[in-house]
Amino acid sequence: MEKITLASQLLQYFITGLTVGSVYAMVAVGFNIIYNVTEIINFAQGEFVMLGGLIMVFLHVAMGLSLILAFPATIVLVTLIGILIDRLAIRPIRCPSVLTLIIATIAVSIIIKGTASFIWGKNPFDLPAFSGRNPINILGAVIQPQYFWVIGFLVVTAVALSIFFDRTIMGKAMSACADNPNAASLVGINVKQMVLLSFALSAAIGAVAGITITPISLMEYDRGAMLAVKGFGAAILGGLGSFPGAILGGLIMGSIESFGAGLISSGYKDAFALIVLLVILFFKPSGLMGSVEISRIKRF
Amino acid sequence: MTLKRISVIITICFFAIGLLVGQANALEGSYKVGAVFSVTGRASFLGDPEKKTVEMLAEKINATGGIKGKKLELVIYDDEGDATKCNLAVEKLITRDKVCAVIGPSLSGPSLAVISVAEKYETPLVSCAASYKIVYDEKTGKPYKWVFKTPQSDSMAVEAIYTHLKNRGINKIAIMSVTSGFGASGRSELIRLAPEFNMNIVADEKYGPKDTDMTAQLTKIKGVAPAAIVNWSIGPTQVTVTRNWRDLGMAGITLYQSHGFGSRKNIELASGAAEGVFCPLGACNIAELLPANHLQKSVTMDYMKNYMAKHNEPLSSFGGHSWDALMLVVDALKSVGCDKAAIRNYIENQKGFVGQHGLFSFSPDDHNGLTKDAFKMVIVKGDDWALVD
Repeated sequence: MEKITLASQLLQYFITGLTVGSVYAMVAVGFNIIYNVTEIINFAQGEFVMLGGLIMVFLHVAMGLSLILAFPATIVLVTLIGILIDRLAIRPIRCPSVLTLIIATIAVSIIIKGTASFIWGKNPFDLPAFSGRNPINILGAVIQPQYFWVIGFLVVTAVALSIFFDRTIMGKAMSACADNPNAASLVGINVKQMVLLSFALSAAIGAVAGITITPISLMEYDRGAMLAVKGFGAAILGGLGSFPGAILGGLIMGSIESFGAGLISSGYKDAFALIVLLVILFFKPSGLMGSVEISRIKRF
Repeated sequence: MTLKRISVIITICFFAIGLLVGQANALEGSYKVGAVFSVTGRASFLGDPEKKTVEMLAEKINATGGIKGKKLELVIYDDEGDATKCNLAVEKLITRDKVCAVIGPSLSGPSLAVISVAEKYETPLVSCAASYKIVYDEKTGKPYKWVFKTPQSDSMAVEAIYTHLKNRGINKIAIMSVTSGFGASGRSELIRLAPEFNMNIVADEKYGPKDTDMTAQLTKIKGVAPAAIVNWSIGPTQVTVTRNWRDLGMAGITLYQSHGFGSRKNIELASGAAEGVFCPLGACNIAELLPANHLQKSVTMDYMKNYMAKHNEPLSSFGGHSWDALMLVVDALKSVGCDKAAIRNYIENQKGFVGQHGLFSFSPDDHNGLTKDAFKMVIVKGDDWALVD
């Protein structure tokens, strides 16, 4: 077989990094939505991704539902789980401090993971790729069609969210809660409802990430934690609370991992991403797109 | 009142029936065998089939008259893949449950951690983990007195792969490994044995056990163009590697997987990408491919049929390790009864025991009892294994 040129290799690293980074970005966006409204870090964020993948496998592969039906059905189911988490684990806590709520989300993630291992067992599951598995060759780099789906859904999510937050009353109300919950409730916004909505939205985004990545990497019950860590890193890198920051952070994390693994050493690729994260935080403590003023008034 | 009385009578009747039924099946006395597996946690894919296998075997043994008229009683604990919990579990099995012998644990780390417990209480322990260090005391250069293990060592799998590569005239290879205990141990054996087989390792790539994509590592390997890749991992990553390898159009570079690939589930998950992949497997993974006169044919076919009928899932090689461990102990119990020292001596002198993963011949210098012949080289052909010779 012919030797691959350096340029094609670089292109390959870039595209792989972008794909993996898109998933991190979606997880990071999920973190931000909940953080903005409640100031808590939802440690069950990775479990939404896992649930998205596994429920999709169940509906599409086991139940035989078509892709077009199974996709929204999965999102709805995971969204319902997100709503349940808020109603059962977050809202009932009396006199909540940010720390208690964060600990509650850790408990939730353990429960979800345990339940998933009972329902699906411990084996990984596969999902057929949305548009086949015939790779496309671009300038010597090989690209799975599924990569485009992952990147495409990140774009769709980003566009939909920016429309939601900038153009709809509901979105504006949520942004208001993010800025100042007390003032928001004074002008008649139901803050509790907004918290519920934030859990629903970030569950839905997590589900999208899970559904699109499963055909590439398979999915099993304990995959969530690792994705949550990477997504959290991406959210911090971009500036906690900033949506463009989350997306940028995710893509940077993915690219650094991919280039680091390819050009330097694959054994230390996670370390490269963390080193870059530390360096950036050293020069800009609020993250790439975060603002120091906002982070000062937050409790966490 | 009457309702209450009726319900009491009915309850008593149920108890009586239960006692009668129990009486009818009861065997006089019992032999207790302890087991520790990682049934939950990070290594549950090992512990789960191991537990199912020994439970299935115990059920069958007790239904067919037990061991010399005595019941085989299994006491199974879950160590969750944790060395500390494993240590406590083994100690509890020996001191509280008073078992005749212990089988397990599933992982190499916990196995190494419980050697001292087995030695201290002078109880035979048959581990289901792979590392050669479990049965090799570096101080004396001999096996530990009370510890045995059934899985083939990593070095045997490496030898089987390197022999196959050598026969094909290949010496420029790339290696890939997962950054877990399994991958690290395989990697160090691959590097240690390379000079002996004249292998030139041109790339040494790694990835995490939960990584989503290995395209970057494979692209780098593609750049240095070796003649073969040897990948050492377990779990979903080995499937992702196989798929990425196929997608990148690297079929010209033969892919060798470790014995960790030994489940048909992996071929299924790779959805066509595994075609042409080589890997070394124990006999129990390829029972139906073995020739009819093969010594392991009947035991492996038997195990496969029973397991698949009972659990409705494909066989993995790990259940075979616990099969070997339990049956070695049962065989000893049949001959010498529950006498720890006699069980130990019996297993140490066991020759030609027909197990799932090979013919075990133990000796005072070898507490594993297998050679590299315990691995057969197979290739994935038409979504199934095919023997290579």
